[in-house]
Amino acid sequence: MIKFSERQLKIPQMQQPVYLVTGGMSKFARSFPEKRTEELVIDSFVEASEFIDKSPAELKKYIHSCYYGHFADHFGDQLLGEAVIHDRLGLDPLGNVGIKTGGATGGSTLWEAFKAVASGYSDCVLAMGWERMDEVPTDEGNHYIASAADKDWETPLGHIYTGYYAVMAQKYWQVFGKEEESFRRTMAEIAVKNRGYARMNPHAQGPMKITVEDVLNSPVVANPLRALDCCLMSVGAACAILCDEKTAFELTDNPLLIYVSAGSHTLRVADRRDMEIPLLPNESPDQYTDLGERFPGGDRYPGFTGFLAARMAAYYGYGMAGIVDPTEDFDLVELHDAFTISDIQTYEDIGIRPYGEGRSYVESGDCYHTNPFTNQPGKLPANLSGGLIGNMHAVGATGIMQAIEVGQHIWGRWAEMHEDQSKWDRFGRTKPDDWTNLQVEDAKRGLAISHAGVGSHVTATILIHPDHQLI
Amino acid sequence: MNIENRGTVRVENGRYRFNGKFHYAYPNNPIRNEDGKLMGVTNPRDVTHVHMYGGEAPFFEGLGKGKLLGTRCINPDCDANGSIFIPFRIHCPDCLSKNEIVDMTGTAQKGATVHTFMITERTGAFNTLPKPIRFVNVEFEGVPTILMGNLAIGEPKIGMKVVPIFNTVNPTYTILDLSWVPAGTDESELPEGFTFG
Ligand SMILES: [Zn+2]
Repeated sequence: MIKFSERQLKIPQMQQPVYLVTGGMSKFARSFPEKRTEELVIDSFVEASEFIDKSPAELKKYIHSCYYGHFADHFGDQLLGEAVIHDRLGLDPLGNVGIKTGGATGGSTLWEAFKAVASGYSDCVLAMGWERMDEVPTDEGNHYIASAADKDWETPLGHIYTGYYAVMAQKYWQVFGKEEESFRRTMAEIAVKNRGYARMNPHAQGPMKITVEDVLNSPVVANPLRALDCCLMSVGAACAILCDEKTAFELTDNPLLIYVSAGSHTLRVADRRDMEIPLLPNESPDQYTDLGERFPGGDRYPGFTGFLAARMAAYYGYGMAGIVDPTEDFDLVELHDAFTISDIQTYEDIGIRPYGEGRSYVESGDCYHTNPFTNQPGKLPANLSGGLIGNMHAVGATGIMQAIEVGQHIWGRWAEMHEDQSKWDRFGRTKPDDWTNLQVEDAKRGLAISHAGVGSHVTATILIHPDHQLI
Repeated sequence: MNIENRGTVRVENGRYRFNGKFHYAYPNNPIRNEDGKLMGVTNPRDVTHVHMYGGEAPFFEGLGKGKLLGTRCINPDCDANGSIFIPFRIHCPDCLSKNEIVDMTGTAQKGATVHTFMITERTGAFNTLPKPIRFVNVEFEGVPTILMGNLAIGEPKIGMKVVPIFNTVNPTYTILDLSWVPAGTDESELPEGFTFG
């Protein structure tokens, strides 16, 4: 049994508010034989500068310290790759540090950047993330990813991370999905939705116009997961500039409040001990007493079905930002849809739906830009960027990309950043004839969840328009 | 593959004694596109790492002898006092005192239960398990954690009873020396080198 102390459950405090001023990203692709990582990083920095009508040189003059997210040294075959990038960005002699927390690296980079400003150490910081996963064949890539599991107890078993992860999916599928065909189709709907939204995103690597049947007929990776249920392996970069209030308003007249929190859970799922479900503000102590009756086998928490790290990141983040009910208080979310089923698990961990009822977020149509049943705006659209399934998962960049996407909606500039024909041309991609503006009308608040592997690290990034604060 | 004189290590008087070769260098090759333009180079290498098991060494030694070892917190002041840990933890995760080693072979042989499983044809480089791999996560009576392994025989199912088997004939001294089979499997059916311990 794990028990937290009161001190451990303290809602994080900041010395001053922190603002997201701008962000940018490169094109994302499976491989970039024609570019070095530094070229992609510079592409993202230039986009971030142009977004607030500054030259890169002007923006650089504001930066005081730098936070670099790059997960897999193995893939890059370069230790201290962060120092190389820092030099190529011309940011020496500022202090810089590398951050790595598996799939959550992008979110953790924002977390470090956020704390640097919140503490008063820096007025303006760079959070830059990237990943280069194309310079080894796929089976060596799988080995490298599996090296992020425990090297004595897990990695020798197949050298395949999916094996350590998908056992959790299997348990959720049997206990909470009850192996129902209808649940399987709900999973597939997520894959269809996110790949469809990716079609509107010139940065996206995996746009597809597909049906639920296409997902159900794609090759089995690990039952119940099929190829089209799984996220992409990507190369690319994304960056964000975070500032204190004074500096933020010097750089732009429209910065967004940002809060970033983090949680963790054991690297080996095998080490997880049972505990009582930590509650979020929209949950009551008695609501889970019959969980094991409603879902036989579902009474062991977090077991293999809940991501405790996601729950804790939400707990700390919601407390900081005054979020009570995520479905009511947010206008959109970007979730870490590494797999369709883990997306559903996350809805429960972060309180969009109670434990056991994640599927209804999809089945109600709430997760869509436009609810397919009512033709009205979805209550809480998810992954309009295309997510990890349709857009990209360039690990160190992913959590940053998600935050920028959410920010562009709150800024009301989503169409500007996704419609421009010259961007589609520059990326060598064809804009679909039925390109649709996915701007969420009047978006005021949004959330991005960045998640590592079996749930060892999770961050929650909350963006709020300053006129719509909750505390 | 050049494995002649592959490096080995002994520890003598608390120091490593290296013998043989620990790395092999190969020439790199240019990478060009269809127009013959230089795009990059390959960087081949072959390296042997050294890895020490420290306080976990008894666990990996035990597998080759047909033993599944866990550990237990024996600190009377600890909330986790009496908790058994598999995976083997050298120190208690709560009080950080040194755990006591407990032999869990008998408990496992009486019947462990499959908590969840996964079957995959996909593997990474360096995999040595036969495909498809049947991952099983195994619960034991009185143990709060759930160990990952692989099912060597049969089709996994949640709730099925399994027993451990051990590579006692020619151990690798890695986690691969432990595997699982359905309860009731006959010794003659076990994979080569494996026994019930
Ligand atoms: Zn203890």
